Amino acid sequence: MARLHLPLIPSGEITPEPVYLNRRRFMQVGTAAVLAPLLPSAQAADPLAGLAPLSSRPGPFGANEPLTDIAAVTGYNNFYEFGTSKTDPAENAHTLRPHPWSVTVTGACAKPANYTLEDLLKGQALEDRVYRLRCVEGWSMVIPWVGFPLSSLLGRFQPTRNAKYVTFTTLYDPEQMPGQRRSVLPWPYVEGLRMDEAMHPLTIIAVGLYGRVLPNQNGAPLRLVVPWKYGFKSIKSIVRISFDETAPTTTWNRAAPKEYGFYANVNPAVDHPRWSQKRERRIGELFRRDTLPFNGYAEAVASLYQGLDLKRNF
Amino acid sequence: MPASLWRIGVWGLLILPALWTIIGLQRGSLGPDPVEALMIASGIWALRLLLLTLAMTPLQGLSGWVWPLTIRRQLGLAAFFYALGHLLVFAVFDQNLDPAAAWREIVEHKAVWLGMLALALLLPLAITSTRGWIRRLGPNWKRLHRLIYPAAILAAIHFGFQVKADLREPLIYGAILTVLLVVRLPRGWQRGSRTPGHTTIS
Ligand code: HEM
Repeated sequence: MARLHLPLIPSGEITPEPVYLNRRRFMQVGTAAVLAPLLPSAQAADPLAGLAPLSSRPGPFGANEPLTDIAAVTGYNNFYEFGTSKTDPAENAHTLRPHPWSVTVTGACAKPANYTLEDLLKGQALEDRVYRLRCVEGWSMVIPWVGFPLSSLLGRFQPTRNAKYVTFTTLYDPEQMPGQRRSVLPWPYVEGLRMDEAMHPLTIIAVGLYGRVLPNQNGAPLRLVVPWKYGFKSIKSIVRISFDETAPTTTWNRAAPKEYGFYANVNPAVDHPRWSQKRERRIGELFRRDTLPFNGYAEAVASLYQGLDLKRNF
Repeated sequence: MPASLWRIGVWGLLILPALWTIIGLQRGSLGPDPVEALMIASGIWALRLLLLTLAMTPLQGLSGWVWPLTIRRQLGLAAFFYALGHLLVFAVFDQNLDPAAAWREIVEHKAVWLGMLALALLLPLAITSTRGWIRRLGPNWKRLHRLIYPAAILAAIHFGFQVKADLREPLIYGAILTVLLVVRLPRGWQRGSRTPGHTTIS
């Protein structure tokens, strides 16, 4: 069974990447050749240097598409807790201390408690999940996450019948997250899912990417990934999980209710009030490509929303 | 220094942001989304140059220097070119040169529409920026060129509409624009000095 190795080992002692990475390498090289003129940042130092390798096995639902360059995945982020520009998180997130970490579990479940990260990860088999990520701003990436189904985590807390929604909260600590000193958003960041969305096999908790432990700017030490929803639903650096009877008021929804809904399913048919959602720029490509309903995962998830007016419930 | 050399020197400076951006594109230092970087660079420089253009008359009034007025038209024209470049990047890379899609995007989204309107207002100003047109239009030239005020206001609002949550930058530009417009309210200095090339008292 795969184990999460916490990056406590000095980087010098970390063994070279696991063999399984070779397959990824091969794909990367292919992508890199095409994108080289666009993404010379790929020549820069290894953005994952110092992050422990993870052992994982291939999981289901892999997107069979060229992976987005590591430099872009780790250097082009929206994580307002570290600043509002795309390069701020990579520059500023070194102040986050992902270890030790604990998560408070509360609400309608049989086992509410404060769990350490080690507790949460115990016995979780790590899987590779290559997912498309579509940002509400109109760009997208293909990211090889390492993680496990959210359902296998939530199941342990034994949610009760009253658990209709799951609410996640990001760390609030302006010392570690300097972006929180400005109230660009109502802190702390809160996101939520309907219970059936949370238990869906596509929904994962990611603890790594590209075979290594998550870099801070990508939401270390654990984050949500819901690939059929706009990126802002995939909340980072989670410290609290709550089972609730009613839907939470999520952060972007609170900040601009007419622009960001609770569902936030990727939907080319419903524009953002200020820009189109019909097309997206895949990072690394020059022209825009068509955005797919549910980010291309319609077959797996469209049934969750039968009878729901997706125009009104955007 | 002869006037033509002076003008060439000013153009040399005005082209630097474009040059810088193109070199960045070549070297790949514009980040993972170079198209967005191009949109931002062209848009922000168009706006900066518009504000700079508007700053020249107050600067002349405060300092008594003449040179701000001699470069004013160049600044305004450069603002137009940067905005044109911005539209070009939008049409080619954002809209894949699909005119129907571009048109839909412009009319369906207020933010883009405002930018388009700002550029449309600048177009006649750019066309009539030559000495020949100044002579031909006479006092109407100045009247026509007051369109820069609404154009700058629309451009600043357009900028504000593009931002997701962090309004700091647009607010700074908006504040500078407000100052530049407010100082025009009292007629502190003679209107005649505002006309480039020659003086008319209207
Ligand atoms: C005088 C004219 C204009 C000025 C000064 C201007 C200025 C700007 C500025 C400062 C930005 C913000 C960049 C950022 O996110 O920081 C922007 C964004 C944008 N502008 Fe303009 N603009 C003008 C005209 C136009 C026109 C004519 C169009 C298209 C028809 C347009 C479309 C856009 C779009 C789509 C964005 C969003 C770019 C992105 O975030 O990727 N603008 N503009």
